[in-house]
Amino acid sequence: MSLLDAHVVVRRPGYTLDVRVAAERGDVLAVIGPNGAGKSTLLRALAGVVALDEGHVACDGETWDGPGVRVEARHRKVGMVFQQGLLFPHLTAVGNVAYGRRSGGVGRRQAEGEAQAWLDRLGVGELAGRRPAGLSGGQAQRVAIARALAARPRLLLLDEPLSALDVSVAMSLRLELARHLADFDGVALLVTHDALDAMTVANRVLVLDDGGVAQVGTPAEVARRPATDHVARLVGLNVLRGNSEGTTIRLRDGGVLVSTTTARGAVSACFPPSSVTLTVGEPGGSARNRWAGRVVSVAPHGEAVRVHLDAAGGLIADVTPASSARLGLLPGSEVWATVKATEISVYPEG
Amino acid sequence: MSRPPGAALGRPPARLLVPALLGAGFLALPLVALLARTPWSDFLHELTSPAVRDAMRLSLETSLAALVLVVAVGVPLAWTLARVDFPGRTVVRALVIVPLVLPPVVGGVALLSAFGRQGLVGKPLEQAFGISLPFTTAAVVVAHTFVSLPFFVLSVEGALRATDREYDVVAATLGASRWTTFRTVSLPLAGPGLLAGLVLAWARSLGEFGATITFAGNYPGTTRTMPNAIYVALQSDPEAALVLGVILLLVSVAVLALLRERWFDVAVQGSVRA
Repeated sequence: MSLLDAHVVVRRPGYTLDVRVAAERGDVLAVIGPNGAGKSTLLRALAGVVALDEGHVACDGETWDGPGVRVEARHRKVGMVFQQGLLFPHLTAVGNVAYGRRSGGVGRRQAEGEAQAWLDRLGVGELAGRRPAGLSGGQAQRVAIARALAARPRLLLLDEPLSALDVSVAMSLRLELARHLADFDGVALLVTHDALDAMTVANRVLVLDDGGVAQVGTPAEVARRPATDHVARLVGLNVLRGNSEGTTIRLRDGGVLVSTTTARGAVSACFPPSSVTLTVGEPGGSARNRWAGRVVSVAPHGEAVRVHLDAAGGLIADVTPASSARLGLLPGSEVWATVKATEISVYPEG
Repeated sequence: MSRPPGAALGRPPARLLVPALLGAGFLALPLVALLARTPWSDFLHELTSPAVRDAMRLSLETSLAALVLVVAVGVPLAWTLARVDFPGRTVVRALVIVPLVLPPVVGGVALLSAFGRQGLVGKPLEQAFGISLPFTTAAVVVAHTFVSLPFFVLSVEGALRATDREYDVVAATLGASRWTTFRTVSLPLAGPGLLAGLVLAWARSLGEFGATITFAGNYPGTTRTMPNAIYVALQSDPEAALVLGVILLLVSVAVLALLRERWFDVAVQGSVRA
């Protein structure tokens, strides 16, 4: 039996969360999806903070939720890490990390000894005596992760633990988090908005949309064949849907796309943002896939500049800063986007 | 950037400044007069007179005893109001506020109706155990508790509400019971509000007059607190009244100083460090 086996149903006015999750020992599940998809509610339901309206939660041979069973949050072997850290402001770092074991009845000396070891493992051992107010965001989040792990959970729930941090701080912590989660013997669920988290930290990705599971798979599978537009955008792929006839795809929202893959029926056509070329006037050349549109947003994206267009139901293009400047890209600018047929991958929809 | 805009807007008009000055003067004048008329040369002598000393001792004892009762029931009441969703919570909160706006003398009459010889609880209490509360030192403590509890509860409830309830969730996921969470998280985080509530409640008790004299009377040594003593002394020994008045004034000023945020920050950090 899986270490975690859950069917979470939570009903709210005008909204139902209905999600099945199963995971084995050592699994790290990234939970992604748009705002309001139910990611945080799923975590809180598993933790026992939000009551189920239906379904069950079983972990490591114990039933936490089920018909006639409701184990209080404090009796579940869960650890939670929150976006805002939520370290107890009146306790030192070591006091925070020792809190879980102290609540479990372990003596102060032993609990603080274990806490110090956890702080050392997370590289913040020398900050043990500091209060949260004296910690940087990255340091505080390391302490928060240590606090959750020190309580010896079987199920670790991380609710966007890196999203409140500076990009560079998040980057280094992401690598470490991946290492600690790999060492973690239970099941970890990581809610994230960042494709990088899902790709680097998780071995499986759970895609939520509108209260349900839209897709489950390995990060590579989800990146290659994203099931929802949100995920496609998140992992940085353009996904256009339509009906294929030979190598010609009639797009659902009008227009025609040409690929080099022969297919028949409903398909998704995917191409990376870097394969999209932008020009100011109508382009010449051999590219047959071309759209006129307006720039919606322009933002730095790694080394490149990511441009969102209102063409073809929303296109993403990555261009170099130099060409962005040369084209004078601003929200509202009119541009042409082209994609070579050879850049397009076509998947039958199923 | 943060320069006061006043200068650029011209001089403040006299028709606002003059009444403002009058108002401030009106507030200051009685205090100045009190200090001016106080017999400073006899201050120590008056201070050690038996009547003044008894009143001070009684006030200190009763106000501190009331404070113990206030904390014993006030903290649980504040926590329940802040953290438990129960039907009728707004009614309970309104009840807590009533003594705040009730004329103290009415409070005294209400206490008599409850705990007096013919009172709702007082009558059976006397018949069963021979206990009679009114006009005893215990009655002073009860009156003090009645008038000062609201200050404390509101202050602590506000502080509990101001702390993020997510901390309760964090503590629960770390295995803490609600009692442990209250003890180790909620209460320490509400520390400043608790201190403010303590100071406010104590000051209110110390100055209590109406409810006390109505419910407990004004007997030297048992129920004659400082405000009661001032009331009596004004007719017989005005100098003693002035001395007692100055002491209560000094206490008020001290409370004002204590309530300044800075002090609380320091006090809380100190208590956390210890």
